[in-house]
Amino acid sequence: MTRATSFLALLLVFLGSGTAAADEPAVDVAPASLSFDGPGTRTLELRNPGGAPLVIDRVTLAPDASGFQLTDTGPRTLQSGERVQVAVQFTPDARRQQAFGGLQVHAAGQVRGVPLRAGSSWLLTLLIFFPLVGAALILFVPTGRHALTRAIALATSLVPLAASVLMCLRFDRAFSQATGNGGLQFIQHVVWIPSFNVEYFVGVDGLSVTMVLLTALISTIAVLASFGIDKQVRGYFALLLLLETGMLGTFCALDFFLFYIFWELMLLPMYFLIGIWGGTRKEYAAIKFFLYTLVGSVLILLAVIALYYSSSPTTLVDGTPARHTFDMVKLAYANDWEGKGLSLLGFDFTKVVWVAFFIGFAIKIPMFPFHTWLPDAHVEAPTAISVILAGVLLKMGTYGILRVNFAMLPLATQWAATTMAVFGAINILYGAFCAFGQRDLKKLVAYSSVSHMGYCLVGMAAFTRSGFNGAMLQMFNHGTITAMLFLLVGVLYDRAHTREIDRFGGMATQMPRYAALFGFAFMASLGLPGLSGFIGEVLVFLGAFPVYRVITLVAMSGVIVTAAYHLWALQRVQLGRWNESWRDRTIFNDLTARETLTLAPLAAVVLVLGFWPLPMLQLVDNGLMDLLRHVTGLHGAGTLAGLP
Amino acid sequence: MLDNAHSLRAFLPELIVAGTVLAVLFVDLLARRPHVGRAAALTAVGLVAAGAATVMTMRADGYGLFFGLIARDPLADFFKLLFLATNLLVVLISLRAREATDESAAEFFALTLTTTAGMMLMASATDLLTAFLSLETVSIMSYVLAGFRRRSRESAEAALKYVIYGGVASGVMLYGMSLLYGLAGSTSFTAVRLACAHTPAAATVLLAVVLCLAGFGYKIASVPFHMWCPDVYQGAPTPVTAFLSVGPKAAGFALLVRFFGGSLPAELVGAPAPWPILLGLIAAATMTVGNLAALAQTNLKRLLAYSSIAHAGYVLLALCAGGSDGTRAILLYLVTYLFMNLGAFLVIIAVADAGIGEEIAEWRGLGRRAPWAAVAMAIFLFSLTGLPPLAGFFGKFYVFAALLARGGSLMVTLAVIGILNSAVSLYFYARVLKAMYFEAPTVDEPLPLARLHAATLALLAVPTVALFLVWSPLQRFVDSSLGQWYPAEMRPRSAQLDRSVKRSSVQLANTSATK
Repeated sequence: MTRATSFLALLLVFLGSGTAAADEPAVDVAPASLSFDGPGTRTLELRNPGGAPLVIDRVTLAPDASGFQLTDTGPRTLQSGERVQVAVQFTPDARRQQAFGGLQVHAAGQVRGVPLRAGSSWLLTLLIFFPLVGAALILFVPTGRHALTRAIALATSLVPLAASVLMCLRFDRAFSQATGNGGLQFIQHVVWIPSFNVEYFVGVDGLSVTMVLLTALISTIAVLASFGIDKQVRGYFALLLLLETGMLGTFCALDFFLFYIFWELMLLPMYFLIGIWGGTRKEYAAIKFFLYTLVGSVLILLAVIALYYSSSPTTLVDGTPARHTFDMVKLAYANDWEGKGLSLLGFDFTKVVWVAFFIGFAIKIPMFPFHTWLPDAHVEAPTAISVILAGVLLKMGTYGILRVNFAMLPLATQWAATTMAVFGAINILYGAFCAFGQRDLKKLVAYSSVSHMGYCLVGMAAFTRSGFNGAMLQMFNHGTITAMLFLLVGVLYDRAHTREIDRFGGMATQMPRYAALFGFAFMASLGLPGLSGFIGEVLVFLGAFPVYRVITLVAMSGVIVTAAYHLWALQRVQLGRWNESWRDRTIFNDLTARETLTLAPLAAVVLVLGFWPLPMLQLVDNGLMDLLRHVTGLHGAGTLAGLP
Repeated sequence: MLDNAHSLRAFLPELIVAGTVLAVLFVDLLARRPHVGRAAALTAVGLVAAGAATVMTMRADGYGLFFGLIARDPLADFFKLLFLATNLLVVLISLRAREATDESAAEFFALTLTTTAGMMLMASATDLLTAFLSLETVSIMSYVLAGFRRRSRESAEAALKYVIYGGVASGVMLYGMSLLYGLAGSTSFTAVRLACAHTPAAATVLLAVVLCLAGFGYKIASVPFHMWCPDVYQGAPTPVTAFLSVGPKAAGFALLVRFFGGSLPAELVGAPAPWPILLGLIAAATMTVGNLAALAQTNLKRLLAYSSIAHAGYVLLALCAGGSDGTRAILLYLVTYLFMNLGAFLVIIAVADAGIGEEIAEWRGLGRRAPWAAVAMAIFLFSLTGLPPLAGFFGKFYVFAALLARGGSLMVTLAVIGILNSAVSLYFYARVLKAMYFEAPTVDEPLPLARLHAATLALLAVPTVALFLVWSPLQRFVDSSLGQWYPAEMRPRSAQLDRSVKRSSVQLANTSATK
């Protein structure tokens, strides 16, 4: 009758009552898990639920459960109903306050896992899912109450922003893999789908911490910039918040299955946001964006499954043995992929998987020749969505390459490094030249994104400290600068309903504050020293030059083209004589308070990081150094003072 | 293995369904006026009772009924529950569908019930004879159901096309079965397997299998036996289309799992049998043809017909992967497919109830006119595309996981073809979304949804969205459903009459639940 019971349990779960009845356990464990808030000892009670005596062979800690100590080991026999206590002790060390692992009860030929948790953090879960709560709330706002909808959206996007600022402030900058926990902080780690070894695992390290901050910042700015939307307001903000959940989740997720779900979760809202609220060719742009990214992500999915099935046996976080794992940390650091000597389709396994991941992520960057969706999507998307697209979504490509390609397949990464650098240089030059030829101001900015993301690729491919730091910094800086550029283009479009560069001229005479910010953002984008864009680029070139002299020189020539098209566009729009085709000058009123509010915080970030990038570098440095050591196979430590 | 008299207790679910058929018809005859609600209620009671009987008599092992003609094993039980649930949902979605239940509701429900009984037998068949008979039961009922709108030309055309294609496919399959019988001298699956494993005439086996696949392929609408599908799906009343696209397709897969698991050897003349290649070719062609043809459709039912062809291709991939991973993927996929595909058809019915037709162009602006129906449709279509966290993603995930777990160039290639296909499928599903959301409606007035439809939509949409929350219990149940029983081979007649279940040889294949 156990099968019937399991079906009835399933039915009950479907009907919303009752929980899943597991197979009859050999041993009862109470409580079902142990949580520690700080150092201390907790006891666990094992009971024999059956009628016959039960032999408990041993009680052990799972191999990866570090930080815990166990007093009881050794075999013992429990009579029916008899209980025995096991004491577990947790001692945190100075830095590492969190620990996750499992206790294993070996009895009756089974291994029963008991989760042990210390200092489990809810911060990231709150940060990820709070926008989703806001989205749900918005659906219940009565029709027509646009102001209320906007207020809810702004309030819900401010919470992740506050949480991420808090996270950055409390982020331990000296924390590295040597400290423990795979170099991760603010971890929450529980088993989600035990039958497929899927876990809910979130945490941040140097790779993701600035990206989470960027996402929360850009999302808030995007909500503010969307206050002008007056078509289907509820749907718009609900989707925008859903998108925010997807983005934050992608940067925080450390279980590959979870990562993929968040990764795909971004596509749906983006598709609708472009397709419903977009410009004249919105349908085309929306489906093109969707199809390109979907092709990329299904390749990622296949590669994920391939990695999963080739991963070494391990334990889940609750101590249950698992044949395979989706845990991204274990996939990266507990599996020697190259050493396994696998092959796939007749090629080296690691290289095939690497290429599949890389194409998937490169479409998102977008890397030449997969970039053609970007100009279309940007031109048609509403301003705030362009801001998110360029500000955050493109970074997922480079982030994914670092988190997955670099960390998991280091030798294949070395094998492909030069190719990556070459493609990076092509991106820089090709994007810059394309931007040069644009008549549409927004398309120009879109191509400048293609160009700027090329710097990240070159920096990453260099495998040097300043290359890595530069790429990471460039990711953040490009996010803020390009967000400003798109907002500025949006401001102009709102007034003129055209973005054609030739239709403008002498705007500075009419909109001086706008012109000032416009000039500021363009200077930042072209890499003027003193503004943040410069730091990222110069670090990238400093890091890449010793490794790829020719490629770096070619890429550096892109800086000249970049400066040229930025200055030329600036000159044509803002300077010169007023374009007399505009009969009514008064439509060009200067920045409103709300518009200033969207631009000012970004400008402040750009300015501060331009002079004082150290806090940002300190946040990312340890995580990047761990990755660098891993990917190059070198294990020499260094300090930040030694830059470059 | 039980004899006829002792089999009856284990045969209770089928008996209840058959009894319900009669009850529905008689009550309708005795009553003065036909009444949709009464017939539906009676049908629903019968289905729930059959489900309860299935659960009550469920066992973790398998045994044969009627001297091994059919099996009562976990796999069959799983499919029985799936079919009963499908039929129950079809009752719900057809209550307000005039084309199905306007004049002769009792007949309609009786026909679906008979089909369900046939499908239950199909999932249990362990003998070529029962396989063929149950398949024909399902087919003939499906022909009648497809032509249920007597006054409609399209419906009549659909039924006729269905009959003609079906007749040819059955004939071809029967020929294949006769070849297998000729090799084995018995119609039992096990006998066939042993005979095929030891015969030197590999070409004959191959030919017979290909011919048999014509019949099975026709049932699941796989290429090249899919031609009937778009016409029938378009012409048949929509509840029937919904039923046909889920029920008989799943039954076809049940039979295929049994056929390839129990009746065909893994090796032919000492070499690995070419079944994976054969199935892989069919799967790849089915997915690709289904998805590419769907790109050009303007009629929603036709579009979903091609989409269901493509989905048969994905499930075939899992069959091709084989083993417990493959079978698990098939079962899980069919569960997710039940919700999302029935849901998509229900939206068509609900919207048709409010006066909007089946052409995509007519659905313009539905997102504003009927927001809940449109949201539900979006959920079902995204789920059919296979986007997480919707149910369809999990179904597909297991299929590709099964392929890659098996490994080898063929499996990896198939996985790549399959996954690119699901990217292609986004394009035509998105066309519906585009019409609903991106295009302006011609008239702006809101479309009210019938309460029943709204409730049923929620019943289907909630599992489609939230199936991942109950994924572990679902998978546990599916894992316990992988056990299959096949007749023991060639024992003396007297031993076959042995009435003891315990002493009969119980073969449980693939029960090991792999972590």
